[in-house]
Amino acid sequence: MNAVQQDIGADANAPAVGHILQPGLDISHKVILYLDDISVSFDGFKALNKLSLAIDAGELRCIIGPNGAGKTTMMDVITGKTRPDSGTCFFGQTLDLTRMSEPEIAHAGIGRKFQKPTVFENHTVFENLELAMKMDKRARVSLFARLDDMGRDKIADTLRLIRLDPEADRVAGLLSHGQKQWLEIGMLLMQEPQLLLLDEPVAGMTDEETERTGELFKSLAGKHSLVVVEHDMAFIEQLGGKVTVLHEGSVLAEGNLAAVQADPRVIEVYLGR
Amino acid sequence: MPAPFTLRFLNSLSRTGWIAMALFAVIALGVLPALHLFVPEGSPLHVSGFVITLGGKLMCYAIVAVAMDLIWGYAGILSLGHGIFFALGGYAFGMYLMREIGTDGSYHSHLPDFMVFLDWKELPWYWAGTDSILWAAVLVLVVPALLAYVFGYFAFRSRIKGVYFSIITQALTLATMLLFFRNETGFGGNNGFTDFRRILGYDITSPEMRVILFGLSALVLMLTLLLGRYLVTSKLGRVLAAIRDSESRVMFMGYNPLHYKLFIWTLSAMLCAVAGALYVPQVGIINPSEMSPANSIEIAIWVAVGGRGTLIGPVIGAALVNLSKSYFTVAFPDYWLFFLGALFVMVTLWMPEGVVGLWKRIRTRRAA
Amino acid sequence: MKSILLTLVFWFCAMPAWAALDPAVVKQLGAEESDDKIAAIQQLGASANREAVKVLKALANDELYVAGDTIFLMDGDTAVDAVTGAALQPAPESYESITINNRIRAELTNAIASLRLLNPDREVRLAAARELQTNVGLEMVPILDRALARETDPEISSLLKLAQAQANLGSEDAAARLAAVHALADSASPNTRNLLLPLTRPDVEANEKIRQAAAAALKAIETQLAFGEFVGQIFSGLSLGSILLLAALGLAITYGVMGVINMAHGELLMVGAYATYFMQGLFRAYLPAYVDWYVVAAIPAAFLAAALVGMALERTVIRRLYGRPLETLLATWGLSLILIQAARVLFGAQNVELSNPGWMSGGVEVMAGLTLPWNRIVIIGFTLFVLALVWVLMQKTRLGLFVRAVTQNRAMAGCVGVPTARIDTLAFGLGAGIAGLGGVALSQIANVGPDMGQGYIVDSFMVVVLGGVGQLAGAVWAALGLGVVTKFLEGWAGAVIAKIVVLVIIIVIIQKRPQGLFALKGRFVEN
Repeated sequence: MNAVQQDIGADANAPAVGHILQPGLDISHKVILYLDDISVSFDGFKALNKLSLAIDAGELRCIIGPNGAGKTTMMDVITGKTRPDSGTCFFGQTLDLTRMSEPEIAHAGIGRKFQKPTVFENHTVFENLELAMKMDKRARVSLFARLDDMGRDKIADTLRLIRLDPEADRVAGLLSHGQKQWLEIGMLLMQEPQLLLLDEPVAGMTDEETERTGELFKSLAGKHSLVVVEHDMAFIEQLGGKVTVLHEGSVLAEGNLAAVQADPRVIEVYLGR
Repeated sequence: MPAPFTLRFLNSLSRTGWIAMALFAVIALGVLPALHLFVPEGSPLHVSGFVITLGGKLMCYAIVAVAMDLIWGYAGILSLGHGIFFALGGYAFGMYLMREIGTDGSYHSHLPDFMVFLDWKELPWYWAGTDSILWAAVLVLVVPALLAYVFGYFAFRSRIKGVYFSIITQALTLATMLLFFRNETGFGGNNGFTDFRRILGYDITSPEMRVILFGLSALVLMLTLLLGRYLVTSKLGRVLAAIRDSESRVMFMGYNPLHYKLFIWTLSAMLCAVAGALYVPQVGIINPSEMSPANSIEIAIWVAVGGRGTLIGPVIGAALVNLSKSYFTVAFPDYWLFFLGALFVMVTLWMPEGVVGLWKRIRTRRAA
Repeated sequence: MKSILLTLVFWFCAMPAWAALDPAVVKQLGAEESDDKIAAIQQLGASANREAVKVLKALANDELYVAGDTIFLMDGDTAVDAVTGAALQPAPESYESITINNRIRAELTNAIASLRLLNPDREVRLAAARELQTNVGLEMVPILDRALARETDPEISSLLKLAQAQANLGSEDAAARLAAVHALADSASPNTRNLLLPLTRPDVEANEKIRQAAAAALKAIETQLAFGEFVGQIFSGLSLGSILLLAALGLAITYGVMGVINMAHGELLMVGAYATYFMQGLFRAYLPAYVDWYVVAAIPAAFLAAALVGMALERTVIRRLYGRPLETLLATWGLSLILIQAARVLFGAQNVELSNPGWMSGGVEVMAGLTLPWNRIVIIGFTLFVLALVWVLMQKTRLGLFVRAVTQNRAMAGCVGVPTARIDTLAFGLGAGIAGLGGVALSQIANVGPDMGQGYIVDSFMVVVLGGVGQLAGAVWAALGLGVVTKFLEGWAGAVIAKIVVLVIIIVIIQKRPQGLFALKGRFVEN
């Protein structure tokens, strides 16, 4: 609920009737991410083919699909790295992602975690989190910026959440693979995003690390919306959210994991006939 | 309570750093000038004008090297055309120096000699006001900054980086050098400016003036180091380092690399320009060969020899390389270029962290 | 018997074939009065007797002597009678050389010219007609009329007609002047332009019609000249572009394969140029008869020399800096300093002299006022040849396949068994060799000195940037385009402005298409 709605005592679940447009994210209609008929082609190859998808606010959605299905391209479109040839992509009711630049999209509240950890190897864990922290990121502000107590607390909280507090002053390049993944998730959280896009977050993790990551995600859902792209079916089962299957650039099937796994079209695509 | 500015500033240098700085200040601003001015020439303690001028030159180069380290060592931008800002600053101050010659030139005209030679009747519009040292100072800062800003804006905006950027800076300095070689540009053609007489009415060749320029160079060098240290330990410095390591990642986090790069790039240009303005009165001449691509590339080797990303390394590197150059060009002129070329190759292959890095490694090995 | 015959034959050959001249006229050459001399000269000129040329030429050179009644000239050490051509035995004791003044000299020139115009030898007539284009007066008209009446060769005829028209511009008769103006309209040479210009002014030319005709003719000539200039600039642009292409092609290959910008690339050009110089020296010393072919021999020599140097650089320095492009820039710059200084020490700091072989000298006149030099035409052809070779190499050979594979995706190529390290060396050698060939071309049109290569590194890089990595076509279009655009800008605003404008254009294009004009599309070209 935005501030105006709170002021007038509106009910978060009531349908919004003629509400005032506020700047920023508008999730009064429950949908936080809207992809409609998105098509992207690279040099003749159709990476996305009229892809349509909707994520609800607070949802934990899993995206699966064979290689080349367009999962990463879809994320590229959402974060503004790739412009779609056609189709619309909205963040909330009002923010047209196809017209925003990458930093603007990041600022609007979408955070992405890549397949490979892309932490800053030469900075410490603490510094990595500090850099990611949601704040005024303009150059002239950074020139005189000082880390205040509130910021320090936020970083401390995140360190605890991602279980890296003993490593706070360690140079990130020296962390293990799994630790780097968590650091990256921590950096993502520091941006206080509304929507997290996670591209194969548990790739290369041990079973124990995977399970811990799953718990982390489940605790984040509700306050945040998460879209997780994964191949690890056990992990997806642990997450328990709705599953969307992508194939050749468009949605093949949607539903909970069991239903999707029983869907004959999905079986054909994954296992072949 | 957030740390007050002064405290953070004091923290930017370690205790050894502050002691070294103080020592340097004492020597450069006190001891050497005294030994030059007050000790008679015959005495073994006398510091000759040659040494003072050489020292001043080296310090100007050191400022340029630090400026280069800020953009290369900390932001990852390798400019191979930085000499242009140095030269533009030199030319801007040179214009003032040419005006200060007054009517003492060969033609006894209020116009500089080369203009009389070209049969010009009056000063071109861009020379207006250059008889005032304040305006000259403004030009020294503003003109290179403007060029840097415009160039940087277009280059960084189109995300030109790495090798592409380096070569384009080469092209920029080459093109400007060609422009300044022409007599019609009004900057003395291939002879440039020379034969300076006075600054603010005082004789430019007097020992006092030499010492003042020397002292100013030392002061600016110290301020540059302090400024650099403050910047790299600030949040801006960390963001720049992040941009250097992974620019697209930084963008995803919501930073706009353009503004950061533009800031450090323009600042670096201004520092070079100030260095150029201090350099010209000390060597007594400025001509377009200062803008040669080779000069600019040499700046990179000063930084590489000293140690990228250390701020103090480039100072050492600039001193080492230029002293070697002075030695070689006198003793073995044919071999200087072999030595310089070999230096480039060896430093990049075997000493990527420069002298400072080598020193650190020796210290850690001794401690182990 | 045979020997007597031979001697007779020799004796007859030794004597100049001398059809006798009119003795009275020749004697008049020695007269006191200039007018008499001139009259004699004019008569000889009109005589259509070839031998008169010799006499008149001798007179022009102050080598005609009079001794009493005899006029003679010197043939080596022998005195030869001007009338009969026979040797004078004994040689005359006292004699004077016949003096001439400027007026006589002018008459001599005309007379000699007219005689030459009637010479049976075509080359002589052609040369004479050409000379007349720039030096003809009204008095030549009758001579020209006569020559034209007898002339059968079309090339010489047209030249004569032009000369006639030029001469007639000064005619009293308005109709003749008008006809002359019309005739000159087609000539399109800067010289006729200067002749026609005064005719547009009322103070020079009273006749309105002729003034208008002159103005129209001038316009026609200007248009032709402008077109000629345009074509000339396109040609210059193509020529520059072909040099840029040779210089940049090698860089494009090494940059595509290894992602390194080799700052010593210009020095590889220099190696090729010096190899050519070395070849010239070799040929001059040991094969002087074939010296004109040193360039052809230089082609493989330069390729090999540059390739070897390049591969040496790659193995010792460049491959150790793989993945660090900025360091590679600096290291290769150091290498370039070393190479330049080495050239200075070996060959001297001055430029060395290279002369175009005969078959590359001179030019072909394509239209009036536009001569295209042969050496540049050959270079354009050579560039096309090299381009074709490289294309075949890249598209049709195994090596080319591997090089392309490594360019597109090094890791994958390595995985499928392409020996990437060896490909790096070979590709670098290839790129260097092509640069060497560029040096051969450059040696024919530019100065060869230790730092000749420095001017080409920035331009080559611009071509690579503009053309995009991984495609030959890109480099070709970029090089030719840059060459033509630069030449046009140079003609319009000077070399410096041209360079700056080109730089700005390139930055703008990179903004729109950071991968260059012809880059490989897709995700793997990410910088």
